[in-house]
Amino acid sequence: MTEKKIRVLVAKPGLDGHDRGAKVVARALRDAGMEVIYTGLRQTPEMVAEAALQEDVDAVGLSILSGAHMGLVPRVVDLLKANGQGHVRVFVGGIIPDEDVAALLALGVTGVYGPGTLTDVIVEDIRKAVLPA
Amino acid sequence: MSPEEANSLAQGVLAGERLALARALTQVENDTPAGRLILSETFPHTGRAHRIGVTGSPGTGKSSLVNLLARHFRQPPAGQAPRRVAVVAVDPSSPFTGGAILGDRIRMRDLTGDPGVFIRSMATRGSLGGLASATAGVVQLFDAAGFDVVLIETVGAGQAEVDIARLAHTTLVVEAPGLGDDIQAIKAGILEIADVLVINKADHPGVDGTERALRSMLEMAHPVRHEMHHHGQIETLHAYAAAPDPNAPLWIPPVLRTIATEGMGMPELMAAIARHKDYLQQSGDWQRRERFRLQAELDTLLQEALVARWRETVSAGVYQQAVDDLLRRKVSPHQAVSQLIGPA
Repeated sequence: MTEKKIRVLVAKPGLDGHDRGAKVVARALRDAGMEVIYTGLRQTPEMVAEAALQEDVDAVGLSILSGAHMGLVPRVVDLLKANGQGHVRVFVGGIIPDEDVAALLALGVTGVYGPGTLTDVIVEDIRKAVLPA
Repeated sequence: MSPEEANSLAQGVLAGERLALARALTQVENDTPAGRLILSETFPHTGRAHRIGVTGSPGTGKSSLVNLLARHFRQPPAGQAPRRVAVVAVDPSSPFTGGAILGDRIRMRDLTGDPGVFIRSMATRGSLGGLASATAGVVQLFDAAGFDVVLIETVGAGQAEVDIARLAHTTLVVEAPGLGDDIQAIKAGILEIADVLVINKADHPGVDGTERALRSMLEMAHPVRHEMHHHGQIETLHAYAAAPDPNAPLWIPPVLRTIATEGMGMPELMAAIARHKDYLQQSGDWQRRERFRLQAELDTLLQEALVARWRETVSAGVYQQAVDDLLRRKVSPHQAVSQLIGPA
């Protein structure tokens, strides 16, 4: 029997084409021993939720630099719940103004990470959120 | 997970529920007791899906081709019913951290939003041979869930993924111009498992040379007995020459050109896959391959179970003593086996 593997979907919803941050996080999670499903650019919330379901992931990371986070993130959270995946933890990276961070956390988002965040912090947060204490 | 939960997941899989299927796949992939229970409960409902393997070197365009194949199965020419398609895409795990980046979905975004498609990414988790050890179980669940076609994309390694030939009914080997010379083409292994050879990126220079090399290799190689190494023994795979009926039809692998990014050559590839399926069914090879695959699976499980049971009967000291004797060259490995379990 294998140990429990953490599976994470890293997605870039919305229309901006800057995926460097998403790729850096994907690599950091891989180096921490997680299995990262990387979906590429310009995903709709529906595509993100569908991939999260098929892959039965433990967490979804959304990288958003376009400013559309207050539209995209709640939609993904709602779709996950509608699909019976309310247990999936959502974390958000990108350029998120302070006043929106609190709103996203209130939606149930596990963490919001801006530029300069140490990837170790993200790794630890995901581990803590996903693995049983 | 309790047996009751596992049972309800198995029922969900058989009813085609996507969330139950996704969760059951995880149990199977992690080889949990629940996963084994689900595999046993769904096994009687398998054997219908056409399993198509797609293998070849990295960068030949396997994922793009799988994407197109799935689309063509979903939108067939007028008069044919669309088929339900599952995709199992295998990528390597890091041998150092055990982590993996599974990126095959990037090229399969056309397939999202279609309830007749289900894509699952898998990491190899230390297994060699181009597949993960749980891939066969994952494919079995898709079969039980009623998918007509299961496309299995291997790790891109090139010369060693013969496991796929055992698992798939139809194996596509994807090549691209400029990746190797004629000698690569006649090396044993990867090309011998091909039921259909695909030269993708056929708009790249050197395509004529690649096709010539593949065709000359095929003329040398077919028809042949297909033998495979399995636990160190050579076994005959689907032996064309050894078919009981000498008049049984022969399958000569076709060589086809495609440009996956433009869809060029896809109708011909789809026709070749359909022809191969007909051939398998008419020649009896479908049954022979099923038998061989299930026998190999049974052998693997038997060996694991027998070793585990034997270990319970022998004290750790006796076993470690045998290892010490090996180290001091007092006995050879074969002699050690005879001492431990008695002469053959």
